[in-house]
Amino acid sequence: MNKNMSYDAVMDRRSEIMKKSVGIDYNDFEYEGMGFDYERMMNETGYTLDEIREIQGSTGVGNTPLIELKNLTALARKFASKGNGARIFIKDEASNPSGSFKARRAANAVYHAKKLGYKGVIAATSGNYGAAVASQAAMQGLKCIIVQECYDSTGKGQPEIIEKARKCEAYGAEVIQLTVGPELFYTFLKLLEETGYFNASLYTPFGIAGVETLGYELVEQIREREGRHPDVVVCTNAGGGNLTGTARGIIKAGAKYTNIIGASVNLKGLHMASDKLFNKKSFTTGHTGFGIPFSTWPDRSDVPRSAARALRYMDRYVLVNQGEVFYMTEALAQLEGLERGPAGNTSLAAAFSIAQELKEDEIIVVQETEYTGAGKHIQPQLSFARENGIEILFGDPKEEIQGENIVLPSHPSQIKAVDTDLNKLKASYIKNCIKNTGAKEATIEDIEFLIKETKSSNEFVKNTLENLNINIK
Amino acid sequence: MVKKGSWVMVHDIVLEANERSTNLPEDTKKVPLEMWAKGFLLEDGQMGDIVEIKTITDRLVKGTLLEVNPSYDHNFGKFVPEILEIGIRLKHILWGGEANE
Repeated sequence: MNKNMSYDAVMDRRSEIMKKSVGIDYNDFEYEGMGFDYERMMNETGYTLDEIREIQGSTGVGNTPLIELKNLTALARKFASKGNGARIFIKDEASNPSGSFKARRAANAVYHAKKLGYKGVIAATSGNYGAAVASQAAMQGLKCIIVQECYDSTGKGQPEIIEKARKCEAYGAEVIQLTVGPELFYTFLKLLEETGYFNASLYTPFGIAGVETLGYELVEQIREREGRHPDVVVCTNAGGGNLTGTARGIIKAGAKYTNIIGASVNLKGLHMASDKLFNKKSFTTGHTGFGIPFSTWPDRSDVPRSAARALRYMDRYVLVNQGEVFYMTEALAQLEGLERGPAGNTSLAAAFSIAQELKEDEIIVVQETEYTGAGKHIQPQLSFARENGIEILFGDPKEEIQGENIVLPSHPSQIKAVDTDLNKLKASYIKNCIKNTGAKEATIEDIEFLIKETKSSNEFVKNTLENLNINIK
Repeated sequence: MVKKGSWVMVHDIVLEANERSTNLPEDTKKVPLEMWAKGFLLEDGQMGDIVEIKTITDRLVKGTLLEVNPSYDHNFGKFVPEILEIGIRLKHILWGGEANE
């Protein structure tokens, strides 16, 4: 094979490589203008909920416990106004085979790869998804390669990511580790081309459909126990798949009025592709560095059309600070006896604050936990931060300056989920859509697509387009 | 000398600084994109040599020989006393003094 392997040449072959490695011709679902048929893509290339339950069930994925956090609820009620303080439940996704909800995504993707006859799977991920794909590949007898962004240019690695590499290797996967930079995608494409393996992207319809069981199960569990639907479900939001899949499952379970809230760790000002800032952050996922860009342009992912489209489902999007998430991680261990990984507790920190806005008889569900261990735990993550010159102190978490300090709340009443301006994000999505499709005008079909994409109204989309000087046909 | 068949880690430059994507922050532009991979050494070699390895998925990868029997050295870090404080304070607020104060 004497192919040109330069950065530009490989990137130019991107769509060809993708088509071969995912087995989906995304062009089939494209509309004339800006949009594409999302639901048809999900229906024709994904699996039905029953099929997914069977696939996941056969590998021990799913059916995780739903635990009521009575002590954290009691604590939240101490600071809520009279009659407020919803009951907080948590879906213990750490009990999946690979230790996180990502097993649901991976189960489907790897099953699909095997069905199509691929010999192996590749995923580009520094997160729990790598371990999930590796675990599933082990079960299904496929080879597995995980590509990670792990080190800065001095060779210093994020302990959380090094632990995930260990876990992938424990399942028999090959792990390729890289320094900081978006060209991880270049290495990823080269590997796909070299091996002919399946691209177990986080963002395919199979992967996202795999998360639907999570939303479906939690509604069923609440219904069985309480005879009603949850009022609010909080999802940690990064690439959008967790929230999208969960929300779709909740809707499929018939809980149409459940509010879906996304939560991310606020990493304002820390550029994700910066070599120097790489080790100044204490969270490597669940943060705004993914959450904001992926919400406002999901198709930046490693497939042409991402199945993870958070703005379609999000009713609110809140941010919490690193110190608040670490604090709640410790609270979960000390008051509820559940020692879990910090990143998954982003939604817990948010839920603890939001519960105080809700009535006592309302139910709020935190839809995930993740495994913990060396490197991936409050202790090593804070220790690493301190070694990297980050000050750790008690104080008002509002005063946290990302990349300079981590402020642990002096008192739990200081934990406050801060709302982002969701309309601003929706407008930003529309702007990105215009920019990336090069559209000069919008048709009725485009407008209908944009309404669905942003869960907004005709009026909102038209106003936004007018502000962008886009003519409506 | 490192014997053929040893389990090793190699290091390689994927892209030199001048070959990298143009769309990068200034600090990242100045450094190369580096890679680490593990596998079985195909021929005897010295540390620092360019060698070829066969990875666990049977791929062949070239790189500079860096480590033999590479081990994990991540751990639970140095003790962070503030963490201890969190549980004590929380239990006090929930069950201890505050309600009775």
